[in-house]
Amino acid sequence: MNIEKVIFSFFIVLALTLNFGFFLGDIDNPAHHNVYELYAAIVVNLIATVLKFGERTQIGAVLLATSLVADLQLIAAALLWTIAVHATSDGLTPGTMASIVALSGGALLANIISVVLLIVDIVTLRR
Amino acid sequence: MQARMRNRAVFLILRRMRLPLLVLIAVYAISVLGLVLLPGIDAEGRPYSLDFFHAFYIVTYTITTIGYGELPYTFSVAQRLWMVLSIYLGVVGWVYAVGALIALFRDPAFRQVLVEGRFTASVRRLSEPFYIVCGYGDTGSLVVHDMNEHGLQAVVVDIDPARISELTLEDLNFYVPGLCADAAQPDTLLAAGLKLPLCAGVVALTSSDAANLKVAITAKLLNPALRVICRADARDTEANMKSFGTDAAINPFDAFANRLAMAVHSPDLYLLYSWLTQTPGQPLPLRYQPPRGLWVLCGYGRFGKAVHRYLEFEGVETVIIEKELEMTRAPKGAIHGRGTEAVTLREAHIEKAVGIVAGTDDDANNLSIIVTARSLNPNLFQVARQNARENDAIFDAARLDLVMQRSRIISNRILALISTPLLTEFLRATRHQDNEWVSELVDRLWRLASNRTPDLWTVALTPDGAPAVHAALADGREVRLGSLQNDPRGREQRLNCLALLLQRGAEMQLLPGDDLALAPGDRILMCGRPGVVDRMQWALVNAGALRYLQTGEWRAEGTVWRWLVER
Repeated sequence: MNIEKVIFSFFIVLALTLNFGFFLGDIDNPAHHNVYELYAAIVVNLIATVLKFGERTQIGAVLLATSLVADLQLIAAALLWTIAVHATSDGLTPGTMASIVALSGGALLANIISVVLLIVDIVTLRR
Repeated sequence: MQARMRNRAVFLILRRMRLPLLVLIAVYAISVLGLVLLPGIDAEGRPYSLDFFHAFYIVTYTITTIGYGELPYTFSVAQRLWMVLSIYLGVVGWVYAVGALIALFRDPAFRQVLVEGRFTASVRRLSEPFYIVCGYGDTGSLVVHDMNEHGLQAVVVDIDPARISELTLEDLNFYVPGLCADAAQPDTLLAAGLKLPLCAGVVALTSSDAANLKVAITAKLLNPALRVICRADARDTEANMKSFGTDAAINPFDAFANRLAMAVHSPDLYLLYSWLTQTPGQPLPLRYQPPRGLWVLCGYGRFGKAVHRYLEFEGVETVIIEKELEMTRAPKGAIHGRGTEAVTLREAHIEKAVGIVAGTDDDANNLSIIVTARSLNPNLFQVARQNARENDAIFDAARLDLVMQRSRIISNRILALISTPLLTEFLRATRHQDNEWVSELVDRLWRLASNRTPDLWTVALTPDGAPAVHAALADGREVRLGSLQNDPRGREQRLNCLALLLQRGAEMQLLPGDDLALAPGDRILMCGRPGVVDRMQWALVNAGALRYLQTGEWRAEGTVWRWLVER
């Protein structure tokens, strides 16, 4: 067993599960989507991205790309939330919430691709 | 391969920055989360808690030591405690990250990657055909310098960093990229552009036969179209290189000894060689007449042996002086000694001798031999071997009849191979001619050249090289060699040039006559005063000029002119 591989897989899967947890629920209901979960998803996604730095294989490059996509989507969602709460008079409307959750849904897709690639990499590994 | 080299720097940065970035992310995440979770008290004394945005804002300006203060309300004790912890964690995190980045940029391995990337990029930017020169020692630097004078592009590879920095300090006409790496590694040659379409050839001049051999075989396997010119110190290396098609393997001792024997025995041929292979525009070496008789040869090492063999072949009587008689297996009658002492020289009958060759591998000894010998017999013809280029000044001051500098001779020979391949054919052919023929040619060149080394150029009768002549020949009109050698400004005047060699297929003709009818595809080696090449070019590319040279009449060429003349 390789401890480096464990940490690597752990963060990639954790990024997916946190992302999924935030995404779950009615799309426009703020009560179904926890801000702490979004925060955790962003942090874990960033860590997963950095862990993928410097991989020179083809699959490593695609993993890095999907991770960057997920980061971008999640940070956009967080920005949208911040602006809605602090910079608009209406606050967090169901429409804005739907946009935020939709963005995190995109990130979820990227994270699913990451995990699928990880599994493909493991399966094709010759023993 | 090239793209990989360039990306390597980026990958190296990313990989090395992995841990510092993880530390920073962790520090930020923990600090922000703590600020959000810890309760605060607002201006009216009610409890409140910071949201993620404001927590991130506060952490950002605090950890980077900017510090706007406690926002939006004064912090509670719990918050202050947390901030103290965050600041220490954060500042340490930043110092670590920045330190790691600076350490990376100062890392020799990383700098090497950057230098290689820059070198590869500048090789790829070259817009002219170039030669890869491996080894920038005495000979290599001369070759690069001469190539530069001739307007030929070179790319240098050497294993010694001091020599590469020497190259960057050299005063050259245009930029020559240099890389400090082992030329025997195929990757190095690939980085130097071995497979680029503009790469014309490889010149291997390192001091190691094994490295030269490796360069030659790498070049021939990876790009068979390249011209490969190699230095080979040992005979079996030379044979080995020739066996897989190396274009020229030069044994420096042989080549040098050969030239020295030629200088002693056939001075006109030697002059012809040096006139034609010197950098154009330099003053011509004067004619001289070495005396016939007994020669004293000091030094019987690798070089001395070669000289002796050549002199013997030319029928010159020699006496050998050598310090290590047994180790060098000197022939019978050789005299033991260094040659720097009068006793030894007297023993070698210096009074009766007509000339002396100081050919040891030590420049100081060579000069000392000459000076001692001169005092014993002032009429001696003095020839010395100069080993190191930096001793130019003292060899000049010694006023010898002939100084043979090894790196100079080898580099001239290589340059002839690179710049005018026909010249090598010509020089080879002249060796089979008798003395009168050579001496007559030297006379003609002397009148032609007006004290400066002549220019050499090749005229190729191809659609690209000489469009006008090629078109005329394709039309079935006859063009004689003499027509090309007249001045297009007034055809009674002959240009100051001489056709040395004509190549037609595998056939070579020495000094072709004016009446010779040219054929498409012919290649002619011309030599003449500087500037004549431009004048001759006129007739090669302009049909009107060519017709004038052949018939003496100017005819209107363009459509409009023709129409005007016909009216």
